[in-house]
Amino acid sequence: MSAGGQMAGTGGRRAQPRPQWRRHLGRVIASRPASVLIYFAVMFAIIATALKGAEAMGYNWQWYRIPRYFYDVTEGGIVLGEIPWGLVGTIALSATAFLLATVIGLIVALLRLSDLIVGRWVAQGFLEIVRNSPLLVLLYVFYYVFGPIFGLDRYSASVLCLAVFHGALISEIFRAGINAVAKGQWEAADAIGMTRWQVYRYIVLPQSVRFMLPPMTGEVVNMIKSSAIVSVIAVAELTTIGRNIISDTYMSFEIWFTIAAVYMVVTLIISTGATLLERRYTVRD
Amino acid sequence: MNPGASSIIELTGVSKYFGPFKALDDINLSVMTGERVVVCGPSGSGKSTMIRCINRLEEHDEGRIVVDGIELGEDTQNIRAVRQDVGMVFQQFNLFPHLTVLENLTIGPIRVRKMDKARAEALARQYLDRVHIPEQADKYPAQLSGGQQQRVAIARSLCMEPRIMLFDEPTSALDPEMINEVLDVMVELAGTGMTMVVVTHEMGFARKVADRMVFMEAGRMVEVAPPAKFFSSPDSDRARLFLDQILEH
Ligand SMILES: Nc1ncnc2c1ncn2[C@@H]1O[C@H](COP(=O)(O)OP(=O)(O)OP(=O)(O)O)[C@@H](O)[C@H]1O
Ligand SMILES: [Mg+2]
Repeated sequence: MSAGGQMAGTGGRRAQPRPQWRRHLGRVIASRPASVLIYFAVMFAIIATALKGAEAMGYNWQWYRIPRYFYDVTEGGIVLGEIPWGLVGTIALSATAFLLATVIGLIVALLRLSDLIVGRWVAQGFLEIVRNSPLLVLLYVFYYVFGPIFGLDRYSASVLCLAVFHGALISEIFRAGINAVAKGQWEAADAIGMTRWQVYRYIVLPQSVRFMLPPMTGEVVNMIKSSAIVSVIAVAELTTIGRNIISDTYMSFEIWFTIAAVYMVVTLIISTGATLLERRYTVRD
Repeated sequence: MNPGASSIIELTGVSKYFGPFKALDDINLSVMTGERVVVCGPSGSGKSTMIRCINRLEEHDEGRIVVDGIELGEDTQNIRAVRQDVGMVFQQFNLFPHLTVLENLTIGPIRVRKMDKARAEALARQYLDRVHIPEQADKYPAQLSGGQQQRVAIARSLCMEPRIMLFDEPTSALDPEMINEVLDVMVELAGTGMTMVVVTHEMGFARKVADRMVFMEAGRMVEVAPPAKFFSSPDSDRARLFLDQILEH
């Protein structure tokens, strides 16, 4: 907006300067309180439309029944409801799969960057297969094909599937981060006689963390979101819990709104934390 | 040169290609223990490529390279053994930016030589003294001037207690006022009897320190001569032309 204001000022010979009140209006709309107001107005309009639609189809809202899925007060004290337990399931599943995905990603990235021709082929083949399969199909393969063959239960099949899928994405992050380290660093480390592994461990990987941190936190968020897919094979986590509650209560609108909000709160917390962490890292430089 | 001395670096018929381009063409060079060889020549003549072949940062395609009795080939054990005995100083310093000066110096001894930390630090401080910056141990490389960084890089190589030091244009990335502080350290190092192969266009340094001058052009060693002869009456026209150009400045 300020750029527009300047242009109007300097290019005054060709274009008539915009009237004072319009420039003013532009500045007001761009200001933070106005942005927040506009945001809420738009959200309100969307929700109002949805509510109106729901009303038109005669939907029976029962929001008052939702809190008890979060917590229940009994004589023994407060007990957690199904939704927090589902969230715990989602976080445990995502965390396990993410750790495994990081290991897979590192191995695949190192193979791709290695001198071993076979290693590069294996890594490349793995990437092509995973990148070109829909996550849902991959999950079915792990559960219905690898499951019986290797004796995987629902949970292990889900963890492995998510780990493999995100491992492929993470390997690209690692590869880009490793390649971002200057070539002279490799040469200096080689020149003092370090092994390939020592060069990675002490010189290259510590320097590539800085490049990898932002996309990695993005991957954490993606992992949490894509973990919802395991609900199709009924692994206990947030989305599955949502489906179960709905099949008992038919409150699909309230529950899906709630579940979506829970995912959003969690991923927003992670993104905010990541932004703070990144800021810490850039300051050190 | 002392005929009884043994050669510590031996290049025999070495050639190197980058794709179809022949960057090194039948290089024969034998460096004696304790000898100082200065390599010069126009840009693109293969000086860096040759010196980098000596610690196998580049792989040669033809001929033999034997360093300190070990032939360089595919064997990674041999390569690492040679690299531990050969220090290298780069034009761009290549210090490890995420490590302090002290850590830059100790990481080789600790990780490669398996020295314990206390001894490695004592050694590092000793070499920081040698390059006249003992007070900078706890800083990060980015906090130092170019000249200081290059001296840290020299100290980092020396901490591996190498038998040979390679320098690839160690002063050409430096501001003029910092060149001498680095050259001084190199002259002092030459005084300790270190075997040195130095690519440089600092002819004052070459005159002072070199036992032999090597002039390269288009991947070939065109002339090898003692500095007195090289600077006063080089055999090749190419070398004379090169010297005229470089000494003009
Ligand atoms: N990695 C590479 N790939 C392809 N060509 C290369 C590579 N490294 C060097 N060359 C070429 O090999 C030739 C010799 O390069 P080299 O760096 O050894 O020259 P130099 O004598 O050190 O020159 P300078 O004084 O500019 O440093 C040059 O023509 C260069 O373009
Ligand atoms: Mg060069």
